[in-house]
Amino acid sequence: MALARRRLDAVIVGAGGAGMRCSLQLARAGLSVAVLSKVFPTRSHTVAAQGGIGASLGNMTEDQWLWHMFDTVKGSDYLGDQDAIEFMCREASSAVYELEHLGMPFDRNPDGTIYQRPFGGHSANFGEKPVPRACAVADRTGHALLHTLYQCNVAAKTQFFVEYMALDLVRDADGDCLGVVALEMETGQPVLLESKVTVLATGGAGRIFAASTNAYINTGDGLGMVARAGLPLQDMEFWQFHPTGVAGAGVLITEGVRGEGGILLNSRGERFMERYAPTLKDLAPRDFVSRSMDQEIKEGRGCGSERDHVMLKLDHLGAETIMKRLPSIREIALKFADVDPIREPIPVVPTIHYQMGGIPANLHGQVIAPADGNCEAVVGGLYAIGECSCVSVHGANRLGTNSLLDLIVFGRAAGNHIVSALGRGSAHKPLPHDAADATLSRLAQLDSRPSGERTQVVAADLRRTMQAHCGVFRTGALLAEGVRMVAELAERAAQVAINDKSRIFNTARVEAIELSNLVAAAQATIASALARTESRGAHARDDFPQRDDANWIKHTLWYSDGRALQYKPVHLQPLSVATFEPKKRTF
Amino acid sequence: MIAETPVSAPSPSVQGGVARFRVYRYDPEQDRKPRMQDFEVRLHAHDKMLLDALMRIKAELDDSLSFRRSCREGVCGSDAMNINGRNGLACVTNLRDLRQPIVLRPLPGLPVVRDLIVDMTDFFQQYHSIKPYLVNNTAPPERERLQSPKQRDELDGLYECILCACCSTSCPSFWWNPDKFVGPAGLLQAYRFLADSRDEAGAERLDNLMDPYRLFRCHSIMNCVDVCPKGLNPTSAIGKIKEMMLRREI
Repeated sequence: MALARRRLDAVIVGAGGAGMRCSLQLARAGLSVAVLSKVFPTRSHTVAAQGGIGASLGNMTEDQWLWHMFDTVKGSDYLGDQDAIEFMCREASSAVYELEHLGMPFDRNPDGTIYQRPFGGHSANFGEKPVPRACAVADRTGHALLHTLYQCNVAAKTQFFVEYMALDLVRDADGDCLGVVALEMETGQPVLLESKVTVLATGGAGRIFAASTNAYINTGDGLGMVARAGLPLQDMEFWQFHPTGVAGAGVLITEGVRGEGGILLNSRGERFMERYAPTLKDLAPRDFVSRSMDQEIKEGRGCGSERDHVMLKLDHLGAETIMKRLPSIREIALKFADVDPIREPIPVVPTIHYQMGGIPANLHGQVIAPADGNCEAVVGGLYAIGECSCVSVHGANRLGTNSLLDLIVFGRAAGNHIVSALGRGSAHKPLPHDAADATLSRLAQLDSRPSGERTQVVAADLRRTMQAHCGVFRTGALLAEGVRMVAELAERAAQVAINDKSRIFNTARVEAIELSNLVAAAQATIASALARTESRGAHARDDFPQRDDANWIKHTLWYSDGRALQYKPVHLQPLSVATFEPKKRTF
Repeated sequence: MIAETPVSAPSPSVQGGVARFRVYRYDPEQDRKPRMQDFEVRLHAHDKMLLDALMRIKAELDDSLSFRRSCREGVCGSDAMNINGRNGLACVTNLRDLRQPIVLRPLPGLPVVRDLIVDMTDFFQQYHSIKPYLVNNTAPPERERLQSPKQRDELDGLYECILCACCSTSCPSFWWNPDKFVGPAGLLQAYRFLADSRDEAGAERLDNLMDPYRLFRCHSIMNCVDVCPKGLNPTSAIGKIKEMMLRREI
């Protein structure tokens, strides 16, 4: 079969906030850019972000980027790279103003400026008190951001390849990335997209867990592609539990609820966060709140007949505030929890939400990997931005509102870097003759396998295994057993069969390919978690309950080929200010 | 269809029970014409929404059943379909509110790609045709442009659209003229930019809709309002565009 080919300056895989912020930069610079997406761009998971985007605009009370930086470093449990964090927090205000100029319909203050609300872990004056830093569009900030970026890309005439799934990177003997092989879902045809630069903006792999706030499409496709290409994944042991997923359903309830004044209660009706975090209380960072909730549940103060969740109370905010600032939360509570939060509390439980780790990248978005003694050598032609990347600005625990910020700041930074790199003039390198062979043979094997397990049987086992062995409670024994089980699941995943033989919009085929990516993300996660014998941020080991700064201020690198984990130093030196030295985290 | 859809009597709770389906099937590679297929699926304790049941059918009974889905919480707009004669999102449609067998068809009026997946090209072309982006050629200030809360309130009920197409594909005017009539979703967004105090292209936006078809094919039958899963009101927005045009004439 002749393989369809397209040649472009840049290919961006993923049309969420990061991908579309980057594509906007490239399209406006006149480059030929193709954005590939498994779903129509406005269906990308950025759309589900609710509470806000962090920037020290200081519209409500005094604020400074340095305070934002301090909170982010402390929030990361000192695993974040302080140069990248400084860059992000300094760029935040201009990036948010730019979104406003692009048309994003931010909520407003009486003086006409952007409305900001408090959020977990964000404080004034280095931890003194909560500060309103989350720039909000009601509780639909991600929706407003994603639609605004799509609209601006329409204006800039960005080329979208809608419902194309990227399958593999194409690299040459030098290791440079020359494009991707993708699948056009509607026709079932593979296509080779040749490009001078390839940007991965594929989002997280939150679907490796059974209880997740993530969309079905969050299968870590970029992580799978990178792992198959022999490149490492970084800090994959760090997965954020969002404190407030609707119990049983997993649907997200924004931290903005607590930003607006909502509080968490245990079965005794006690506001327990006052005990754990006397200053920030319910607005402590997510790892801290989630662990406190688990502690309450573990000690028998959970709510409901199973005593397995706590309550989020917001009725005291009043119907007017709820309808104005949190309208979608009310809708979600009515639909998924059968409660009206104007009158009753919402049952909530910590739920997998965000992948702090990912494809190692520098602050220009360039993918980096150890080579020739340099642990941060640039991989030619390849960028990674957004949740799929690890810059690392989130370290061991991300602060709320910093994910949307990450998308915008590094989407723009990568865009600028690409524009200037391609502006210096470069040609397409020759493609290796076997560029697509491995991918096509993998597809052919899947299509021709006469019998085997169903994809979703294996996927469900994978999610259950990860939840049970690599969830809130992690111990060496649980993790070691989990590593063995995931290895077995990897073998089963390689042998799944699909009954659907049609070429037309074959979603069974897509799900089987997604499973291979989920497996890579799960293997990276659980192997990295087993090795890290300390508790830091979202990674909590019952058998190693303390943070171990002497041995573990370092980033994990995992490779899919079974070689031992590698480690590299954390950047403790910021760009222009003094280092924030690791301290015990109290809130 | 749709406009006069009766509210079906809630069936006994189906969570944990069996749900019965009649689903539209069509694969252009295998089928000469569409057919309806029956399914019975045993639900698990947490299967609450229609999408949960569809995912279970696909995972356990028939992996060839094809539909779009993503966020499973009513914000991405992927899983719009015709459910017991009425357009809606599978992920926020509670199974207990549906009469069985639950009859599922693709959104009406658009070409079917396969099963419940429709070709949305016409729908998005109409959306693009209204220039769905802010136009402001004045150099922006260093900080945000100011907008009063009252001016910002004008955008409520407009910007929240998720482009699911439930509205436009329940509109007879859009069925007959998907290439000429912008349709309720596109017009709602046209008004979203007309109503934005920061936008400078009001006159061009109105010119762009001055046409016997693009705007004026709306006959206010309000199917769009009836089915919108986000509770938005395109008919009201269309009325406001017509008022703006009228005011401009005098």
